[in-house]
Amino acid sequence: MTSKTEMDCEVVIIGGGNAALCAAITAAMAGVRVLILEAAPKEYRGGNSRHTRNFRCMHDGPLSVLTGHYDEEEYYNDLLLVTKGNTDEHLARIAIRGSQDSQPWMEANGVRFQPALSGTLSLSRTNAFFLGGGKALVNAYYRRAEALGVKVRYNAHVDHLVLEGDRITRVDFTENSKSHSLSPKAVIVAAGGFQGSIERLVKAWGPEAENFLIRGTPYNRGDVLFDLLDQGVQSIGDPTQCHAVAIDGRAPKFDGGIVTRLDCVPFSVVVNKHAKRFYDEGEDVWPKRYAIWGRLVAAQEEQVAYSIIDAKSKDLFMPSVFPPICAGSIPELAKKLGLEPEALASTITEFNGSCQAGNFTPTELDNLATKDLEPPKTNWARPIAEAPFYAYSLRPGVTFTYLGLKVDETAQVQGQEGPVANLWAAGETMAGSILGQGYLAGFGMTIGTVFGRIAGEEAAAYVK
Amino acid sequence: MSNKAISEARRQIEICNACRYCEGYCAVFPALTRQAAFADGDITQLANLCHNCRGCYYACQYTEPHEFALNLPKLLAEVRQESWQDNAWPQGVARRFHRSGVAIAIVVIICFALLFATARWIGSAGGDGFYAILSHNMMVAIFVPAFLVPLLSIWISLRRFWKSIGGQPLGPKAGIAALSDAARMKNLSGGHGEGCNFEDEDRFTRQRSISHQLTMWGFLLCFAATASGTILHYVFAMPAPYELVSLPKILGISGGLMLSLGTAKLAWLKPKGDKALGDPRVWGGEMAFILLLFTVSTSGLALYGAGATAWMPTLLALHLGSVLSFFLLMPYSKMAHGFYRLAALIRDAQIK
Repeated sequence: MTSKTEMDCEVVIIGGGNAALCAAITAAMAGVRVLILEAAPKEYRGGNSRHTRNFRCMHDGPLSVLTGHYDEEEYYNDLLLVTKGNTDEHLARIAIRGSQDSQPWMEANGVRFQPALSGTLSLSRTNAFFLGGGKALVNAYYRRAEALGVKVRYNAHVDHLVLEGDRITRVDFTENSKSHSLSPKAVIVAAGGFQGSIERLVKAWGPEAENFLIRGTPYNRGDVLFDLLDQGVQSIGDPTQCHAVAIDGRAPKFDGGIVTRLDCVPFSVVVNKHAKRFYDEGEDVWPKRYAIWGRLVAAQEEQVAYSIIDAKSKDLFMPSVFPPICAGSIPELAKKLGLEPEALASTITEFNGSCQAGNFTPTELDNLATKDLEPPKTNWARPIAEAPFYAYSLRPGVTFTYLGLKVDETAQVQGQEGPVANLWAAGETMAGSILGQGYLAGFGMTIGTVFGRIAGEEAAAYVK
Repeated sequence: MSNKAISEARRQIEICNACRYCEGYCAVFPALTRQAAFADGDITQLANLCHNCRGCYYACQYTEPHEFALNLPKLLAEVRQESWQDNAWPQGVARRFHRSGVAIAIVVIICFALLFATARWIGSAGGDGFYAILSHNMMVAIFVPAFLVPLLSIWISLRRFWKSIGGQPLGPKAGIAALSDAARMKNLSGGHGEGCNFEDEDRFTRQRSISHQLTMWGFLLCFAATASGTILHYVFAMPAPYELVSLPKILGISGGLMLSLGTAKLAWLKPKGDKALGDPRVWGGEMAFILLLFTVSTSGLALYGAGATAWMPTLLALHLGSVLSFFLLMPYSKMAHGFYRLAALIRDAQIK
């Protein structure tokens, strides 16, 4: 074992992202000795938080960089809309109410905010953006935690928690291929979902998941989550589901983050590998449509699709990190994409023939719809006719999984016969309790912050 | 301009433009989001707008070992450096001095020797104070061309640069905006006013911006001291030496103290920063330039303190020798950054 002082602690926190850090800071401020076990190396610390950029925040009046007001009911209704009612109202309201006083807490602990980023003005009232993004937030929290005496171990992979009766009695972990065991008084799990494990995704979703791209960290493999579920701890959330959006098919397998997103779908025609359309590209505005396309592409053969636009739409959306594939004619574009040129030409011709005259308004539903086309395109339907033509390949990009640990309002993990006395959970690993389906921008950070603070407080109170 | 640095910078900037998380740190990111495509001149402009505050590096989710391998501060430092060398006139000189601290040291030694020899063998035909060592006319004969020729060189370089970044005719509005940003060193404030990253990875401190401002304002005060002395000499027929309570002395001593403190602190900070976030090829040249400025200011102060001792002639040669080196190297040293940075800030204000 490593020397005692280095690992001397009362609370072990598993995970090193936003929720883990909020818990660590809160517990350390309460005077408890805290050790963070982060599976990633230092350069990749912070889990999916390093890819985030904002925090959805309730506020009764202007608050920091947030304009206007955003009250509990409006916030809750926004949540109900995306989850279609699939949420735990009690926990959801705790997260929502907790967000308001979390914002100053975050500032007090080193997080800095900025007005909404260009291209995201629609969020300036509801979401507080981190200056520098999620990694800057993570950096600030590590600084703060270390100043409070929190110890951090990187490359520390937790293999097993020993659950005896209603208590966790031991934490086994491997650090740089050396095994260690600790027996802290309390444990907080904030280790994310399991989307980093393709194997587990395939088991849950089916073989198609082999072709999914993971937008965030490869270190959220769900090892601790499944270890606990295997020991009879209660779960929440659909184990087969993940939140996936359509991203650039050329994105890296892991950690592509924000720059791989594509906003071109509503201005395009989307075809599968047989050059056939399969869904109404103009159904709705961002972010709603953004969220459904991951699933739609996942259902296509080889989990791939192609979004095709022409010259007049090229500058209507945020640039992607990868330049579009470009050609002077549709058949030539098809060849570059590996599609059947005649099939694509005929799909585009048919689409163009069904477009109607009318006013095109890129920023709102404009009812510029196709006529007698199956499936229809109900908004922004303009012929794909002006060379050069551009295409992006699309693949499903997984953001997070819904399966998690069931917790109560104190973030305490629930066993078969009531709560586990010294185990709490925060962040993505318990977010399934609140987000049954869908996603609300910036809400993951809200859950992580609010329940991270609650878990830190409860664990500290228990230890004392 | 090396195509390698430019095209690598373009690759990285395009990733930044798809992310935009760093928009609040400095002027570079808002400037790049105004564009969808980046010509070579656009990249040179962004590179000169960058103050190397490093905030974007430490906040970046795509730094190595990520396959996108972003290190924008380094790439922009390289492009910036190459833009100074490519626009410089004459070019060979520029490359040598930017990179080599040793070359700078050699120039200082030669200038010192030159001044020492001039004082010793040509000397003065009589005069008070310093002029007893080197006559006023001799000083003018040496320093007027040593000041004007480098200025001409900078003027030629800046015109080339201005053309390459598509600059418009100068107007007062953009000029005032740029001067105000430079005077407050807004782009080293981190966007939140807590300074920049440098000596301790992602910790924000004001250390570097304070050192820089002491150096910049100290330098400007020293320059004002010399200018006021020149005016007193020619306009009011009041030659040196001056009383303590006189414009040249008040400006010179306060400026000298600030410049000494600022450069000492910059030299102390520099080894603490991560070399890999700048252009490592010119680290030595940059450090030598800081030490040269330190020598200029401290020898000036020492001269004030030891003006009545036997050390004076040697100190005078050392001071004038370092000032001469500084002037001669202006277009080919880190000093160039001040001119290019101001031009880039003006251009940015024109586009905004």
